[in-house]
Amino acid sequence: MYDKAATDRIRSAVRHWEETDVRTAQARLPERRARFTTLSGAAVNRLYTPADVADLDYERDLGLSGCYPFTRGIHATGYRGKLWTMRMFAGFGTAEETNARFKYLLTQGQTGLSIAFDMPTLYGYDADAPQALGEFGKCGVSVSSLADMEILLDGLPLDRITTSMTINSPAAIIWAMYIAAAERRGIPRAVLGGTIQNDILKEFIAQKEFLFPPEPSLRLVVDTIEFGCREMPRWNTISISGYHIREAGATAAQELAFTLADGFTYVEAALARGLAIDAFAPRLSFFFNVHSDFFEEIAKFRAARRIWAQVMREKYAAQDPRSWTLRTHAQTSGVSLTAQQPEVNIVRVALQALAAVLGGVQSLHTNSMDEALALPSEKAVTIALRTQQVIAEESGVANTLDPLGGAFFVEALTDRLEAEARAYFHQIEVLGGMLCAIEAGFPQREIAEAAFRYQQEVDAGQRTVVGVNDYVSEEPLTIPLLQIDPAGYARQVARLQRVRDGRDNAAVAAALARLADAARDPQINLMYPILEAVHVYATLGEVTGVFRRVFGEYQEPVFF
Amino acid sequence: MTQRKIRVLIAKPGLDGHDRGAKVIARALRDAGMEVIYTGIRQTPEMIVEAALQEDVDVVGLSILSGAHMALCPRILELLRREGMDDVLVLVGGIIPDEDVAPLKALGVAGVFGPGTSTREIVEFIRSRVSDASAVDASGLAASAVAVGSERP
Repeated sequence: MYDKAATDRIRSAVRHWEETDVRTAQARLPERRARFTTLSGAAVNRLYTPADVADLDYERDLGLSGCYPFTRGIHATGYRGKLWTMRMFAGFGTAEETNARFKYLLTQGQTGLSIAFDMPTLYGYDADAPQALGEFGKCGVSVSSLADMEILLDGLPLDRITTSMTINSPAAIIWAMYIAAAERRGIPRAVLGGTIQNDILKEFIAQKEFLFPPEPSLRLVVDTIEFGCREMPRWNTISISGYHIREAGATAAQELAFTLADGFTYVEAALARGLAIDAFAPRLSFFFNVHSDFFEEIAKFRAARRIWAQVMREKYAAQDPRSWTLRTHAQTSGVSLTAQQPEVNIVRVALQALAAVLGGVQSLHTNSMDEALALPSEKAVTIALRTQQVIAEESGVANTLDPLGGAFFVEALTDRLEAEARAYFHQIEVLGGMLCAIEAGFPQREIAEAAFRYQQEVDAGQRTVVGVNDYVSEEPLTIPLLQIDPAGYARQVARLQRVRDGRDNAAVAAALARLADAARDPQINLMYPILEAVHVYATLGEVTGVFRRVFGEYQEPVFF
Repeated sequence: MTQRKIRVLIAKPGLDGHDRGAKVIARALRDAGMEVIYTGIRQTPEMIVEAALQEDVDVVGLSILSGAHMALCPRILELLRREGMDDVLVLVGGIIPDEDVAPLKALGVAGVFGPGTSTREIVEFIRSRVSDASAVDASGLAASAVAVGSERP
């Protein structure tokens, strides 16, 4: 962006400054640390100048908002046209309790729904399965059949809101239940808008909620992508997620690299199915973490958009600009929350949310202050939502697009994250692609290594966590925590039994038999027989049971 | 007196797959000179107790972040007792609300470690609690197992 003579002059001025002004200042007051780093451990210079971004070409690398390569954002008018969607992830206990929370959130100005499911649901078990011991309703809402889904969505305007569902291995089944519930209310599937997370690769890498081996898991993902192309033009059939990769301990560069590499893997799988790139790529969406290192996070979002656009256009020859744009949801970092002095988490979340907005995300969940202790209380959720509203309405940051674009530090960080991500792409390619890398434990080890390094730094006091290893105060906990109704489990199990007793069991058996045959035939898109089965109230456990028998269950390599 | 290293089983009971903490602790204990066996995720109480028995461990560390600890821990402690392993030091880590700490300790959990605990604190806790026991030594553990075992019908 600057001519060579100017950057040379600046470079020599910086050298001179280091030897004079900086040396004098250091002699008077040594810097607080020998080395300053980002949260991810990358070195941070004292001052950034045009010399640090000498190779940056404005038109090639940044461009205008809404234009290739989308570094500065995917919309021409950004938040001036439409604010990000404030989408708070919620779910606990029974479908009735979560339905009430959703109705409350909509009255508070929330603009989209986001459903959290409990552990048994995430693992494809019915609420009364022996494996579900003690897990009912703890981390989300329990959905064992279409009957639960109908209660969960009761009275919600499904034709006007969009719904995000955090579900992975059983994503196709839960999505089918959502579609079936809407259809029973007379709302056609084509008008439904929303997202299923449906990102199985990051489950193998980080969150570990896998059921079936990688190959059939990937087939289910492609079946949903294909079904979405044909039937559900407003639905994002996958949310390619770095969130869990980061929470497992990854650095910003690892989160960026592994998430995008997962995305390319899905693209290749869909292409191998015979889908046209521009038929499905516009519906691919992303989900990134937004952690505590302010500038590093902003740079991460910018680098993600630029890499995705470039690879989609150059490597996969996408023609439709919507195929080039990386649309993303973000969530503030759960692991950064402290159980100590939980009110301080409100501040952490506000800073992280600000980074997400300056990074140009399309939707945002802000964590609640009590989440290192329990599921959030209504009060805590409201403060978290209000945090977004303050940023949107009061801070002024949404008045212009990519306000940090051109900042030497932010552009240098963006370039470095891109370079680190591309180095990882190369390593993954050498290993034979992401599936092989996962089976070899490569991303898992890289993440575990980074997590351990970070913990060591905190334990050694090289990193300060306010309230944990410094600024500690011994105060009793004063915030109220959410209690899950203990009677919910009995109600859920009783309802499940009524569903099993009251349905047409011959129809269920026939639907499950057809599903098993379809599962054995890779030519058949499984969404159709799944829909048929859930419509006659086959339970989640019964449908995944078919797949467990046909596909087998995955056992991961154990190491630490 | 024996040179036997402190043996620790790190286990993840229930469905919760969030294994960052379990792996970090496993590695920190290994770096502190302990013999560490990590079960991997999705272990039933029966699998964990079987592994503890097979590996003849001094310590069982349970990592639970899903909120299912009040269902899973009592079952594991009961099975350990049934196998005559009531002298094994049982630790629980994860998201454990304050109000559950006392009931867990009453059941026989020696230590509950929440978010923000340093790995050093856990290493020191184990050393302070197990060094006495291992002075009694492996033969002592075996003897108590037989003694309790003989009381069973």
